[in-house]
Amino acid sequence: MIAHAKARRTWLHKAAGLAACVAAGIPLLAAADGASGLAFNEIYRSEGVLGLELSAKSKALAGKPVRILGYMAPPLKPDTRFFVLTRAPVALCPFCNSDADWPSDIVVVYPRDRMGWSQDGMPVAVTGTLELGSRADLETGFVSLVRVADALVVTLK
Amino acid sequence: MNRLAYLAAIAVGTFCAVPALAGAIYPIDRAHLLAGTHFDFKIEFDKAVAEDAIRVRINGIDATSVLGKKFQYVGNEDGSNGSSVIARDVAMPVPGKYMVEATDGVTTQKVVWDVYGTGPRMAKNVILFIGDGMSTANRTAARMLSKGIKEGKYYGQLSFDDMPHMALLGTSGVDSIITDSANSMSAYTTGHKSSVNALGVYVSRAKDNLAHPKVETITELVKRRTKMAVGIVTDAEVEDATPAGMVAHTRRRSDKDIIVEQLFLSRADVIMGGGSAYFLPQKTPGSKRKDDNNFVDLFARDGFRVATTDAEMKSLADNPATTRLLGLFHPDNMDGALDRRFLRKGTVDKFPNQPDLTDMTRAALKVLSRNKDGFVLMVEAGLIDKFNHPLDWERSVYDTIMLSNAVQVAKDWANGRNDTLIIVTPDHTHGVSIVGTIDDAKPGPEMRDKVGVYDLAGFPNYPEPDKDGYPPSVDVSRRLAMFYGNFPDHYETFRPKLDGPNVPAVNKDKVYVANEIYKDAPGAVLRTGNLPRTADSGTHTADDALLTATGPGAEQFHGFMENVEVFRVMSDALGLGPQPARAAGKPAKAKVPVAQ
Repeated sequence: MIAHAKARRTWLHKAAGLAACVAAGIPLLAAADGASGLAFNEIYRSEGVLGLELSAKSKALAGKPVRILGYMAPPLKPDTRFFVLTRAPVALCPFCNSDADWPSDIVVVYPRDRMGWSQDGMPVAVTGTLELGSRADLETGFVSLVRVADALVVTLK
Repeated sequence: MNRLAYLAAIAVGTFCAVPALAGAIYPIDRAHLLAGTHFDFKIEFDKAVAEDAIRVRINGIDATSVLGKKFQYVGNEDGSNGSSVIARDVAMPVPGKYMVEATDGVTTQKVVWDVYGTGPRMAKNVILFIGDGMSTANRTAARMLSKGIKEGKYYGQLSFDDMPHMALLGTSGVDSIITDSANSMSAYTTGHKSSVNALGVYVSRAKDNLAHPKVETITELVKRRTKMAVGIVTDAEVEDATPAGMVAHTRRRSDKDIIVEQLFLSRADVIMGGGSAYFLPQKTPGSKRKDDNNFVDLFARDGFRVATTDAEMKSLADNPATTRLLGLFHPDNMDGALDRRFLRKGTVDKFPNQPDLTDMTRAALKVLSRNKDGFVLMVEAGLIDKFNHPLDWERSVYDTIMLSNAVQVAKDWANGRNDTLIIVTPDHTHGVSIVGTIDDAKPGPEMRDKVGVYDLAGFPNYPEPDKDGYPPSVDVSRRLAMFYGNFPDHYETFRPKLDGPNVPAVNKDKVYVANEIYKDAPGAVLRTGNLPRTADSGTHTADDALLTATGPGAEQFHGFMENVEVFRVMSDALGLGPQPARAAGKPAKAKVPVAQ
């Protein structure tokens, strides 16, 4: 646990650096830990009426460590194993309001550790293994196309 | 408190905590039913009762013999501890008043139904325009911006301002004074009031969204009884509440994947709008389906021509062989007129080939009018509501101008025909009003000092509208002060949102808080919401909706009417009630004594 806490602290430093990069408009370069930065607008090559097309970059990063910055959406239920990462803070909460809808470019994040959900709505840096392809969550049936598995999640502010 | 009294209090408390089970009959008391329309007849008892104790009578006669159908009995419906009986797809063919009584031998429930007929067909076609959430202020502002006003008089009118018939509509539902677009559209398309989020059903105690007692939609009715075509056109998702109301039966409008299936099965001939994400199989990136059905392919295999751009839509509509058209122009809601035409914000960059609602209306009319038996067309300007919700009045008003232009297309098409009933109406309203102007030249440190009311409002200085009636800019120095009365926490900036549609509040820890991206806008002030913190945006109001209409049958609109009467007027115009047989046949005869 102690080692883990240390890792977390190290992470916070890195995340702060990333946030500064983003704020300064500097493209995310490969981080020191080997994770490649992947921005929301880099996930898909094109967005058409008949579907989204994954970018070459995200295809190349499938199965590899990536870091994505986004916003943590409110959880489906308190003990859910995943959360939804969105490009912008959610103005409508599909989990709170059954009639709201998710944006099409969401990323589903499976954190390495079960975590508290009090931080929803916050900007976060998510680092973990990029998974592509349609998959339904075993517990909830929630279908996702892009996932970050075994993720470390750091709140940015 | 002594120990005994304490225990008694707990016992009473526990007892009271069990919700009392109520009985119900669907269709409900004071329901008006078009003679011959199909509906599910459900009775819920307030406790578990034996099947053989149940008696249901219609005007004193056993209901099974009246309806020609047996009830299905459920001893304990979905764990409610109450029994129910339901007879699906029954009809009352003869107009009159009917007393419905259901008893379990102990408790008797009673409702009265008013079954109405229609005269002969007066209109070949019906076009129903829905300005979703269009409030009176939307109309007024659209008229000001697109026609201009000087010395108190407008230079012109919106296309639906000069229609000869008008009514105020009550929009409340079975469950609440405040409706939503599902419930309110259902009222127009079925003639029955329903509940928030419900489409084509009465909300009963069933747990399954699809098990509630259904009422027939106008699409089902005309497809069952006539050879008419049906068109469903919107700039929201085609599976969103308003277009869904033309075909759907579900307790939850969020069943969008199921609604696409219901659209497919509806036999509607023209379906156009956004919402393609629910047509794509789940394996396709961007799909919102939970199965492998590809509804774009299924529609195509069913004889539909499929368009995904404005140009494809126009070309397919011009082709005389096109009689069925599916147009999907966006995975979600389409972009509004202000973004598409001027600001290029929203998702216009990603989807540059979206059609305008005017062209969608024109294309739908071309395709539908190839049916010699006439058509029912619903056209929704859905984004008026989508922009009223986030307090983005400029965008809602530009879409109201677009609705006016789309109605003009229909009026031009129908001109001289005298066979087409055109109705233009909101489905509900928002709490929005024009209170004056905001003049940047007025002195004062705060933006509120620049709000002019009464004589200090004067007139706004929007530029001359273009040929389509849109001022080329909303960012003017003396603009309308148009405020919403019901809102979440947000920053009021007193200015149009030029960087993209407004997002007043964002979710944080289960509640909605003011979106900080507007915090540093010059002059922005925090408005503490007057709605519960669970409200994400402005909300619907119970204010009456203002309907205008023209064409055969429109004269029935007058004064205050319930929204369900729109269905009655459309049915009457199309003569959808049982008609006396022309030759040797006899009119439907009542199996029960009826007070006409």
